[in-house]
Amino acid sequence: MYQTKDILLSPDQHQDGYTVINIGPQHPSTHGVLNLVVTLDGEIIKDVQPNLGFIHRSIEKMSESLSYRQFIYVTSRMDYLSSHINNHACCLCVEQGLEIEIPKRGQYIRMIMDELTRVSSHLLWWGAQSMDLGAFTPYFYAFRERDMITDIFEKNCGARLTMNYMVPGGVMWDVQSDFMDDIKKFIKQYQSRVHEYHDLVTYNFIFQKRMQHIGIISKEDAISFGCSGPVARGSNFRCDIRKSYPYELYSSLDFNESLETSGDCFSRYLVRIKEIDESIKIIEALMADFPEGDFQAKTKAVLKLPKGEFYQKVETARGEFGVYIVSDGGATPYRIKYRSPGLSNLSILNKISQGAKIGDLIAILGTLDLVIPDIDR
Amino acid sequence: MTILKFILIPIIIIALFSIIGMFLVYMERKVCAFMQIRIGPNRVGKFGMLQTVADTLKLVLKENFSPKYIDKFLYNLAPLLAIIIPFVLTIPIAYSKSWQIWDINIGVLFITAFSSLSVISILIAGWASNNKYSMIGALRSGAQIISYELSGGLAILTIVMFSQSLKISEIIASQANGWWIIKGHIPVIVSFCIYMITITAECNRAPFDLTEAESELTAGFHTEYSGMKFALFFLAEYLNIFILSALGVILYLGGWQPFHLPNLLEFNNIMDFIPAPIWFFFKVFLIIFIIMWFRWTFPRLRIDQLLKLEWHFLLPLSLLNLIFGFILIMLNFIVK
Amino acid sequence: MNTLTDFLTNEILCEKIEDIKGNFIIYCSPEQWIEMMSSFKSNKFFVFDYMYCLTCVDLKDSLEMNYFLRATSTLDEIQIKVKLDKSNPKIETASLHWDTADILEREVYDLFGVFFSNHPNLKRIILPEDFEGFPLRKDFVDPINLIKL
Repeated sequence: MYQTKDILLSPDQHQDGYTVINIGPQHPSTHGVLNLVVTLDGEIIKDVQPNLGFIHRSIEKMSESLSYRQFIYVTSRMDYLSSHINNHACCLCVEQGLEIEIPKRGQYIRMIMDELTRVSSHLLWWGAQSMDLGAFTPYFYAFRERDMITDIFEKNCGARLTMNYMVPGGVMWDVQSDFMDDIKKFIKQYQSRVHEYHDLVTYNFIFQKRMQHIGIISKEDAISFGCSGPVARGSNFRCDIRKSYPYELYSSLDFNESLETSGDCFSRYLVRIKEIDESIKIIEALMADFPEGDFQAKTKAVLKLPKGEFYQKVETARGEFGVYIVSDGGATPYRIKYRSPGLSNLSILNKISQGAKIGDLIAILGTLDLVIPDIDR
Repeated sequence: MTILKFILIPIIIIALFSIIGMFLVYMERKVCAFMQIRIGPNRVGKFGMLQTVADTLKLVLKENFSPKYIDKFLYNLAPLLAIIIPFVLTIPIAYSKSWQIWDINIGVLFITAFSSLSVISILIAGWASNNKYSMIGALRSGAQIISYELSGGLAILTIVMFSQSLKISEIIASQANGWWIIKGHIPVIVSFCIYMITITAECNRAPFDLTEAESELTAGFHTEYSGMKFALFFLAEYLNIFILSALGVILYLGGWQPFHLPNLLEFNNIMDFIPAPIWFFFKVFLIIFIIMWFRWTFPRLRIDQLLKLEWHFLLPLSLLNLIFGFILIMLNFIVK
Repeated sequence: MNTLTDFLTNEILCEKIEDIKGNFIIYCSPEQWIEMMSSFKSNKFFVFDYMYCLTCVDLKDSLEMNYFLRATSTLDEIQIKVKLDKSNPKIETASLHWDTADILEREVYDLFGVFFSNHPNLKRIILPEDFEGFPLRKDFVDPINLIKL
């Protein structure tokens, strides 16, 4: 975390006339409590060292003393923008240990919720990215659409941000009767307005110039640095877990993995925009044959996983999220490790932002789409 | 009589500019809200009209905090300098035929000369704050304002060339038979576009707000300022917009003169019925609205793109435009 | 050399290979791990170039490093377990082969106290530098912030 000697350099230690500035932990564009120690040569970035730990809550240690039903709720607080998907991963991992079958309706609800979460997360990112580049207005447009999804979550899960809707065996309760209508209303509104957003942001000359040819990640780097999600797919690296290691019913669905080849900030932007469309396609396909029946499988009151190890990975809005449970046969996990996509994506920041300008650093940081509680855990 | 003038005129200017400043802040918030599907201020007074009054009151009553290790003298001087310049700039502005403080014979030159001083207050503020963010913001503004001064000056020169005068009243008088934007053909339209871009840049407004660059430098040169000192910077920004828009109206949109259409006597008579100051302020706020529109639509440029735009594009274009205008005058294509 | 099983049994020097429903778990010693890293990256057939997870488990009497590797071309996945002495946990760094290991190893160093030799920048990453103890070890007790419920 806070390495005193890194930050408090006395003036005579600034060799070659470099300036060292702290971006964060309280800074408008770090979207949380991330601290970047940036070495500058005028406007040009020489070195970026991230300092983590400002929101470290030791969720892994906490989970060791929580039961298999309880620890899922903690994971909503990690990547709070895709809390459904985090919960989903934990549920899948516990179910993998318990070897229980989920009813079809439960799976459908889970997948629809996952995709809605992805759309809402990308919409928030879209607004925040525009704001980082100095255009404030798209933020409000993004929130108008995102609010409709959050309303759907609130109606069906009882919360707007940390849903805790998924439980081992299915979902906590059935969806409301107007669930379908709400989603249809959202899709209709989104599709009628999305071209305006493209006119405003995507095709904007200044926006394109700010995003193109900066922060280029090569495919080799993306693999070596463990990047995942839209960050890696912008560099033409096929890493969508839904495609390569399908869970739930993703193997039976027809959707495209969004890929871009150039690896710069703009391609990461395009990947996310395409992903919204793909997610909406998936939601529509799932809604078309939404089954009746149970939403939850019968499970015991106290869950006990057999002795052994379980690893489950899912695709969150930010990339590959993994849960690694080591069980000793008790009612609480022996050890839990969360593989957070943000930490690996952050580690490439220093490499791709060297030689860029301060304004570029903000754009690069934005396109990495970091959620700080997800990095610190 | 002279002494009375010396007392009255400053009081009137200060009162007028406080009202204009407050109104512009209110207008900005309403325009911004309108573009961002929000309502904007609506609690204090009818339609939130008194919101800015309440905000100003808050800023005035705030503790006058200044951080440690600053250059006290320069730190306090910078906001004063920033606010003095727009007040000086108001001298040659003509609000109507007789509402003008001093019709100085080099009025346009006076405004361009004094408006370039605003960079000094920003540089002083950035240097005296002893903050790296402020320093970077100040250095950016140095590069930005000085380079945009050039093409701004050349754009103004086009009109000076057409009207053959630097005196504000004569420039307005030369537009009695049609505003320059209408009768000036291509050179004036190009010069008007350049002028709009440059005043946006000189006022440090988005998309050229690199000196403040909220998401990059937190608040740029005024990071360390708070309370009334910050308010002075804030007010100075809006007054600068007002002055430069007023100059734009004088140069391109006929100043306080009403809108006339040729060969429509009745229409022109109705237009003449509207008082000149109302025409003037209407046009100024139209230009200000366009500048606000820019701000809430475009993303910010990067510093190298900003300088590239000026030196690679705007400056050559305004030079060519000047030559083109000169040729048109030589061919008697444009008459005064 | 057709299947991953052949590759692992013929090419890799280790203590034990377990196959649980297609998941290969390789047990090895810290010395074998050094050899293994380069052969995973440099062989022609199964290039395990993507490290998707790296963590440590405190087994009370020893520490166990877990490396999760994936071959991005064939989508094969393996897990490597390296047992370390708890009194002096020391292992060769993987950051020279997988760049992502840099930050993940720093996290393990921070929370478990495993020392990675030849690591370019082995400093505490999450906790403050004057923090005492390694919180994710089982014997760690924090007297101020009781994490145990």
